[in-house]
Amino acid sequence: MNPMSDPHFSLLGTRAALFEAPGETMTLEAQQRIWSLARQAQDWPEVDEAVPGMNNLMLAFATPPRDIAALEQRLRQAWAGIRPTELAGRTIELPVVYGGDGGPHLADVVAHTGLSVDDIIDLHTTPTYPVYALGSHPGYCYLGGMDPRLATPRRLKPVLSIPGGAVSIGGFQTGVSASAGPSGWNTIGTASLSFFDPTLAQPALLQPGDSIRLRAEKVIR
Amino acid sequence: MIEIVTAGAQTTVQDQGRHGSLRWGVGTAGAMDPLALAAGNLLLGSDEGAAAIEVQVFPLRLRFVEDSGFALTGADCGAQLDGRPLLPWARHHARAGQELQLGLPLPGPARSSRAYLCLPGGVDVPQVLGSRSTQLRGAFGGLDGRPLRAGDRLQGASADRARPLPPLAVMPPDSVMPQRLDGCLAVRVLPAAEYPRYTAESQAAFWDSDWKITPQSDRYGYRFAGATPLRPEAPMEMRSHGIVPGVLQVPPDGQPIVQMRDAQPTGGYPKIGTVIEADLWRLGQAPIGSRIRFVQVSWDQALAALDELAAWRHELARQIALHGQAGSTA
Repeated sequence: MNPMSDPHFSLLGTRAALFEAPGETMTLEAQQRIWSLARQAQDWPEVDEAVPGMNNLMLAFATPPRDIAALEQRLRQAWAGIRPTELAGRTIELPVVYGGDGGPHLADVVAHTGLSVDDIIDLHTTPTYPVYALGSHPGYCYLGGMDPRLATPRRLKPVLSIPGGAVSIGGFQTGVSASAGPSGWNTIGTASLSFFDPTLAQPALLQPGDSIRLRAEKVIR
Repeated sequence: MIEIVTAGAQTTVQDQGRHGSLRWGVGTAGAMDPLALAAGNLLLGSDEGAAAIEVQVFPLRLRFVEDSGFALTGADCGAQLDGRPLLPWARHHARAGQELQLGLPLPGPARSSRAYLCLPGGVDVPQVLGSRSTQLRGAFGGLDGRPLRAGDRLQGASADRARPLPPLAVMPPDSVMPQRLDGCLAVRVLPAAEYPRYTAESQAAFWDSDWKITPQSDRYGYRFAGATPLRPEAPMEMRSHGIVPGVLQVPPDGQPIVQMRDAQPTGGYPKIGTVIEADLWRLGQAPIGSRIRFVQVSWDQALAALDELAAWRHELARQIALHGQAGSTA
């Protein structure tokens, strides 16, 4: 199998299966196809929930299918014929305080990338980041479009708790935490915004297809 | 109605979990030992997935504000009602003013670590996003989205909650379906996507050595410690993707972390395997400091294990129904 052209299918126990789009990098085009595949698979009888990730899709099973090979085949066939869904959402701007107590790992990103603090903040606030998927914790958005020069490996050991509003980099991804909790990412700044209200029919503030712009409100050196 | 007198940390209301909200970043939460939850609820004639109080730090003391039936399952904590010892894995009845105390789980080869207190009809808290489980990270569900503390009052949802039921105890599932290997708890694992990318030595160590549950283990996940850290052939940076309880992630230090019920719904560390759904209750009861062995199974074997649990639940419900009828005519 060619990892550059064939999607990868794997098991997450009997609870779920994971379908990963081919390729090593992330693209918006592949994500738009993942959104389409999620809409299709959501209606399959064995699927409780089709959950988009970053250029991948998890199918959480209502009941695990007896014939798992048939499910894999159905996914591959659906993927081969899929058309991208273009979701045109809204864009919100988020003021960020970079560095200081709210950005304890900024120095680690400097050390890994070899960039200056100013360059890092410049590169990090330039893109309009599309929301690819929600995950990690209630209301958290995975964003596409981070400048690859900022990529910094996840931490050797996860931090037991980072605060809500933490702006962080994990590998080639970036995001803003919606509440306090454990994380393996490098926290470089902090923002304040309420991302989630469980009493609403649509509990998450942002959906796939919406976008975030980050603005450097302050830099603590 | 009951009132908490003293509760250890992380005493929470949990049901069978919150399903269908993963797309909003909401993990399932739910009971760490769903078999104990089901047994306690069935003993009281409740829906087997109804909400109960999960206790993992002891002692727990509470007072009955009114007469009520209740059931205790999970870890045997030497429970006492006004100083009178109570059978574990059994239903009981308390009168207003009586005090229930759960102590430390009793030692022994099958020592468990979490107890469940069930009330008739299930613990009556509001459903949030389809479940009564406490979502600690999101601070919702359960009682105000937080662990229980002194002074909290809860009651069973059943209008018949004060009606005495004839005494009845059931066999703990670990005594009916024990699973040990070389003196350790054995849990069955399906290999996951990155398994083939680990060195042959790491793969062998994963299956053949034992893994100690470290003190950095909780409802989010258990961090294991083993003699041979698990090493991939080459470092991996993953695209974040959905994960479920049971997934064994391997951070760069090579010591695996198994996701438990409060796990995040997504992750990005490489996955060497997944503890199968049918064995998560065993892991949910495994004490900190105990040692675990991982046993490889196939998809069909993992499904057969689920069937075995379904048969256990069915038989339990049948037996309890028989005794319930006998009691009501006595």
